[in-house]
Amino acid sequence: MASFAGGLLAAGKAEAAAPAPSARQRIRNLYFPNIVLQTQDDKEVRFYDDLVKDKVVTINFFYAQCQAVCPLVMANLAKVQQLLGDRVGRDIFMNSISLRSDVDSTAVLKQYADAHGARPGWSLLRGDPKDVEHLRRSLGFTNPDPRVDKDLEQHIGNVRYGNEPLMLWAACPGQARAEWIAESLSWVIRPEAKAAATTT
Amino acid sequence: MYYNSLGEKVSRRRYREMLEAAKNRRELIAAGLTSRRDLVKMGLLTTGGLLVAKSGLSTRAWAQSQQFQQGTPNLCAGAGLPASPTTRPFIVPLPIMPIAQTVMSLNPAPTIAPNTAAGEVRAAPHQAPALGFPFPPPRLYSFTQKALQVSQSPDLPVQTVWGFTDGFHSGSPGPTYVAHYGVPQLTRNRNALPPVTQNGGFGLPSVTTHLHNAHNPSESDGNPCDFYEIGQFCDQYYPNVLAGFNSDHKPTGDINESLSTLWYHDHRVDFTSQNTYKGLVGYYLLFNDHDTGNETTGFRLPSFPQFDVPLVFADKVYDPTDGHLAFDLFSLDGIMGDKFLVNGQVQPFFNVQPRRYRFRLLDTGPSRFYEFYLTDLKNLGAANPFYVIANDGNLLPAPVQVESVRIGVAERVDIIIDFSAFAGKTVYLENRLNQLNGMGPINAGQCTDANGNPLPTILAAGQGNLLMQFRVSGTAVQDNSANPATQTFYQLPSTNVTPRITRTFKFDRLNGQWSVNGQFMDCHTMRFQVQQNSVENWILSNATGDWTHPVHIHLEEHQILSRNRQPPSLAIERSRKDVTQLPPGERVLLFFRFRDWLGKYPIHCHNVVHEDHAMMGLWHVQAVGDDVLVP
Repeated sequence: MASFAGGLLAAGKAEAAAPAPSARQRIRNLYFPNIVLQTQDDKEVRFYDDLVKDKVVTINFFYAQCQAVCPLVMANLAKVQQLLGDRVGRDIFMNSISLRSDVDSTAVLKQYADAHGARPGWSLLRGDPKDVEHLRRSLGFTNPDPRVDKDLEQHIGNVRYGNEPLMLWAACPGQARAEWIAESLSWVIRPEAKAAATTT
Repeated sequence: MYYNSLGEKVSRRRYREMLEAAKNRRELIAAGLTSRRDLVKMGLLTTGGLLVAKSGLSTRAWAQSQQFQQGTPNLCAGAGLPASPTTRPFIVPLPIMPIAQTVMSLNPAPTIAPNTAAGEVRAAPHQAPALGFPFPPPRLYSFTQKALQVSQSPDLPVQTVWGFTDGFHSGSPGPTYVAHYGVPQLTRNRNALPPVTQNGGFGLPSVTTHLHNAHNPSESDGNPCDFYEIGQFCDQYYPNVLAGFNSDHKPTGDINESLSTLWYHDHRVDFTSQNTYKGLVGYYLLFNDHDTGNETTGFRLPSFPQFDVPLVFADKVYDPTDGHLAFDLFSLDGIMGDKFLVNGQVQPFFNVQPRRYRFRLLDTGPSRFYEFYLTDLKNLGAANPFYVIANDGNLLPAPVQVESVRIGVAERVDIIIDFSAFAGKTVYLENRLNQLNGMGPINAGQCTDANGNPLPTILAAGQGNLLMQFRVSGTAVQDNSANPATQTFYQLPSTNVTPRITRTFKFDRLNGQWSVNGQFMDCHTMRFQVQQNSVENWILSNATGDWTHPVHIHLEEHQILSRNRQPPSLAIERSRKDVTQLPPGERVLLFFRFRDWLGKYPIHCHNVVHEDHAMMGLWHVQAVGDDVLVP
């Protein structure tokens, strides 16, 4: 047993050089690649730094030509935006990321955003398809069956919601009742977030 | 001696490789190299997981080694968190949860209507007093949900978990209630969890405590939507009364509806998986004049607590960088742990005498199914039968002898193991069910290993997860418990009744959105209305392809009338149930009597990750029922 303990000690020593990351940092490392994206207004943003850090957010995936689940989910999100009123862009930031960044230019996104009445605070996003794929997998918007996962028509229709500084994360179906989605969001909007945002 | 994370002995060389592999994994994750393609490109694959498989570790370990391929779709591998640090098995004794202690009084005194002024959150006034139950009842408990510092393995740092205290003992799992039929009780559940800024990475300090399988009034059931925040409380009245007391078996209820092994757990809508994984679970044992807890009376089952031992199973992952409990926040499918805890301790040992014991086995998930075997590592070819006496805590018509028993999340089985055949030996409780991800046990022909060989659903003896070790003393002792081979318990209540209505529930996945009949959990939508004191049949069908779902229905138990139109083939399924496994492509027909109480209750998948992602619906019991066939 002594040699076992020695083994553990050695492993511990090797790690001593870098202090263990905070829980918030670990979540960031695991789930939030800081990839470059463009908004419907042609603005370049970083996923973590600009869209998620210190914020209450919703995250979902869609694409403009999607005829399956997207029209329902995106119309629903438009209603959620309406229900949340001017809190969107102030307390809550909505992010919808295109799975067809190869064809969804920022101009296409702009048109789509306008059609859905997206106001500042609801970003429709595109990026390098490889980066977006990395993001999709990191955020768990995947089906474990590779055949289903490749089928865009069956892409994940859930909406992640969360409070980044407070590490509160959950998800609801994008097709859930808009009022229910808005109410779910209220569970993670907490006054403590402001203080937590300044620390890590 | 060296062990791998599964408790198997390994050589010093293998152990060094494991440490090296773990270090590599950490570096790869830190470098953001998380796809298999990346690893192959970098020529790193051999130093990571696959080398391990080629060196002959079990297929399950091979899958675990794949876990660092976060997010890569693969039916035959885990997806999610990297593997836990190494822990030594069987060096810590099995913890036994303390028995919950009553208090003389509660301050403020309990009230029939919710005491909102004092911070109580309860959906409705207590129903029990109006039906003749005493108020306040003779037994009062003061339970508090709070953060606790615990050791789950000597090889892991002290963990901050959430557990329960009764004012005398704290723990996760919480103290065990010992309740008796005919003795109603009230528990004040108070939320004293730390502020949301201290959740440590997962968990919402907003709770509701469900007493799983109790025949309880809705306002005391612990409904997912009746959650309360820090500083608030909920008084839950547990009448401990047999179903039928206010309907078809007045006034005492139907003895054949006796419940024995219940459990309590957090049920917060959208956050149940995080909050239960963080520790908010505990046992509730219910005794009566037959199941007495004394092996010289009634059914003469092994005496509680010495020979009647509740076991809480949970699988968890610990962060490889610092050894702290980790939760995959972004999983939609289910979470698989690579560390197996029994009563809050990784792979404990338990000293037993060579006689009969009653063990109550509970799977708290989050997503894993277990198939329990008794294994003698020195005689792997031997079948080691034991008796199942209760399914979901309900004593069977008679004990059933088995070599293994499978349960899903939230299911319980009570078993009798006779250790007299193992005097002086060491044996193990082993999970031999092969499950790689949240989909459920792998289906026949679904997966192959790196060499193209099919992965079995049931692993060979000794190749599964050794959950706990029994060290059997060599000294013969007295055993007054009855021989299960000759016992009978309760009769099954008759199902030869025409239902008022037969409803159908299709469990489905629509673009990754878990659903029941194409609809999603919503606290403000009642799907249908059951008529009080009526009989219903429910058809549950699985439209999710390869997935298996453990489906739970509150308030009343059910009997399985058929699986795919055939009577259930498993002897232990000829029983009363509160969770029914719904394997791929199956259609089960259930029989219910909804009696005595009014109010809202849920039906849901008890893979808590599916449950949190809306695979749940609310219904309610009212004086008049509706005719919605597909709610």
